[in-house]
Amino acid sequence: MSKTITIRKGLDINLVGEAAKNITEIDAGMFAIKPTDFHGVFPKLLVSEGDTVKAGTPLFYDKYRENIKFTSPVSGTVVELRRGAKRVLLEIKIQAGSTNDFIDFGKTDPDKLTRAQITEKLLDSGIWPMIRQRPYNVIANPDDLPKAIFIPGFDSAPLAPDYNLVVEGKSQIFQAGINALRKLTDGKVHLNLRDAKNASTVFRDCRNVEITYFEGPHPAGNVGVQINKINPINKGDIVWHVRPSEVLTIGKLFTEGRFDAERIIALTGSEVLKPQYIKTKIGASARNLTQNNLSAGKLRFISGNPLSGSKIDREGYLGFYDSQLTILPEGDYHEFFGWALPGLGKFSFSRTFFSWLGSKKKKYRLDTNLHGGHRAFVMTGQYEQVFPYDIYPMQLLKAILAKNIDQMENLGIYEVDEEDFALCEFIDTSKTEMQDIVREGLDFLRKEMN
Amino acid sequence: MKTLRQFLDKNKPKFEKGGKFEKFGSTFDAFETFLFVPNKVTFKGSHIRDSIDMKRTMSVVIIALIPALLFGMWNVGYQYHMSVGEQSTLFGNFWFGLLKTLPLIVVSYVSGLAVEFIFAQYRGHEVNEGFLVSGILIPMIVPVTTPLWMVAVATIFAVVIGKEAFGGTGMNIFNPALLTRAFLFFAYPAQMSGDKVWVYGLNEGNKVVDGFSGATPLGNAGIEMFDKIPPMMDMFIGTIPGSIGETSKIAILIGAAILLFTGIGSWRIMLATVLGAVGITLLFNAVAANEYMKIDPLTHLMMGGFLFGAVFMATDPVTAAQTNRGKWIYGILIGIMAILIRVLNPAYPEGMMLAILLMNTFAPLIDHYVIQANISKRLKRTKLVVNK
Repeated sequence: MSKTITIRKGLDINLVGEAAKNITEIDAGMFAIKPTDFHGVFPKLLVSEGDTVKAGTPLFYDKYRENIKFTSPVSGTVVELRRGAKRVLLEIKIQAGSTNDFIDFGKTDPDKLTRAQITEKLLDSGIWPMIRQRPYNVIANPDDLPKAIFIPGFDSAPLAPDYNLVVEGKSQIFQAGINALRKLTDGKVHLNLRDAKNASTVFRDCRNVEITYFEGPHPAGNVGVQINKINPINKGDIVWHVRPSEVLTIGKLFTEGRFDAERIIALTGSEVLKPQYIKTKIGASARNLTQNNLSAGKLRFISGNPLSGSKIDREGYLGFYDSQLTILPEGDYHEFFGWALPGLGKFSFSRTFFSWLGSKKKKYRLDTNLHGGHRAFVMTGQYEQVFPYDIYPMQLLKAILAKNIDQMENLGIYEVDEEDFALCEFIDTSKTEMQDIVREGLDFLRKEMN
Repeated sequence: MKTLRQFLDKNKPKFEKGGKFEKFGSTFDAFETFLFVPNKVTFKGSHIRDSIDMKRTMSVVIIALIPALLFGMWNVGYQYHMSVGEQSTLFGNFWFGLLKTLPLIVVSYVSGLAVEFIFAQYRGHEVNEGFLVSGILIPMIVPVTTPLWMVAVATIFAVVIGKEAFGGTGMNIFNPALLTRAFLFFAYPAQMSGDKVWVYGLNEGNKVVDGFSGATPLGNAGIEMFDKIPPMMDMFIGTIPGSIGETSKIAILIGAAILLFTGIGSWRIMLATVLGAVGITLLFNAVAANEYMKIDPLTHLMMGGFLFGAVFMATDPVTAAQTNRGKWIYGILIGIMAILIRVLNPAYPEGMMLAILLMNTFAPLIDHYVIQANISKRLKRTKLVVNK
């Protein structure tokens, strides 16, 4: 009998532009791997412009952990190494070739391999970076033995993709991925699902995992919340987490012996004419995925969900970990007495706008306007309403701002990630950039502790 | 609207760094953002944001204060006309009160906002909206007869020493409006207490009709004239002498409903404050060592500024306890302290102001212990794992 955990604190934001449940295959043509997607990684290049690569060819490795390699998701030609300020490497752009060549890593049954062999295979193929650790939310260290591995089987963020669709009909591959992961820990592999009725049979019939069901609003799907409710992180603990699409990639490595970077992503947002699911590969070009499918006007391209995704250009690329591309209207307009109007169509967690008169199910077309100026912390007790941890969010943020390591640890920074503060940031009256603060705190702590 | 926008856009560069009126940058920004919600977009973190901002929050509090303010204005006129034995219409009373109250409001806003603007410019910050609420609270918690210069001096004192010295709205320890009142109370006690200050004209030696006393219910209770406490209904509706905003309990409850419904005011603090007061009063009732101790809880809630303080002052998010558990403790202690001061200290007829200021001082300490409990819980969990 699997357990059900109910989350009471949180908020579901209903937005216009949910992806229709049909999958279109789009050949994006251009792909890119962005070293900036990996916190704390310093890239050392292994390719140069003009090189031909196969799916699985190493592109760069991490200067600090040389065994962690990053490989090409497609076969083709490296067309550009785009750099930013201070020559920071931003994108390795690869033009896909007409054939789909890949490096053969060899088919094997993970059950017959040792932990070391599995680790080595994952490192060689460049799939290892898909395994991330908490605390700090960085790429896992192959030498660590995590106390558990968590697989968040659903995403509760606004407009998030339905993972059931992603894994549909891939039972064997998924199981192979699980079997490989289970060798990496001496604890349990947790698979966390939305509810028994709607979860795909691929998930429900999965073996060698402990299934837990989660009910309640966002952030119930955040892996940090799930870890906290099932097996919270204490100082010194390490847990790993992998998303279902990444489990499939791991599974394919063992069942087919290659790095298959296929991703089913949700193209969402109010400014997409036909929101839908798209079959493509990691790091696909946003421009090519959205061709002839956008409304006019100034648009915000987001790799990920509207709450915690990252801002990209129209010419940008999907992030390594993202299975969602969201397009929202930019909000750079002045609103005459906007703060004083009744605000019938305005979304607010508080009931200070008259939109509470409307239906709870109403879907909103929100833009990127900040709706106010930055202020010091004034209101209290708001964040706690959308923050399902036994942690004092404002006090933790203040400890981070003060760079007080003891206090950060005491207040539970190891249990959180920036995305867990996204809702607090969304409802914040003072418009504090909380995710940024939390990320800085985590980076600072990681530097100080190692 | 468009012309206004164009005018602002045209003149904006003059107020930016290097412009002619650089010194008034914060002032310009305050007016611009007052007229238009800025066009700033998110650039990191969450891409979408809630529509609420500090201006909206503060305007909700002001809306919640309006019923009490309007009633207060009417009551100023009503009390005056009653004291001189005249009859007046609803509008006549209101108009009289408006003329007497408006100068207080204007002086409070002008002196307080001037300080705010100067400090915002000095720090290079945007002007914070906090004083919009303090500025209306101040006239509502003083007697209508308070000289204007006193209001100005006290307001400037409270904003500079009570708020800006700590770093501005969000950093202050004491509620600025209450600090203003405390300053007045201790610096000019003659103008802030007694039975001559609550009704306009009494302090100027106006002839009053026989039998009219300008004493507040608490004033009467303080000198043990319990039979002079007005009927419950009068205190509930508010046709009694008192500070401008505190008399009508109906109007205050309407304000409380607005604050609670919108989620701006903390229900924990309001409820805890009332519970604390009721608890200590019941205890006094049980002891019943003197007449004052025998007053029932409901009368205590209806007298003086207790309800006004519980709804609008104790709930100030900056100076109250910030943790949910802390808010319960903070509220209960305010309720207890307020009644304790009323009943046991004959020098101060009303205890609410001092009770809130006292608990403002202790709020950080309460939070500290609440948070410490959370920390020990986490440490205990770690130890359990280590020992396993």
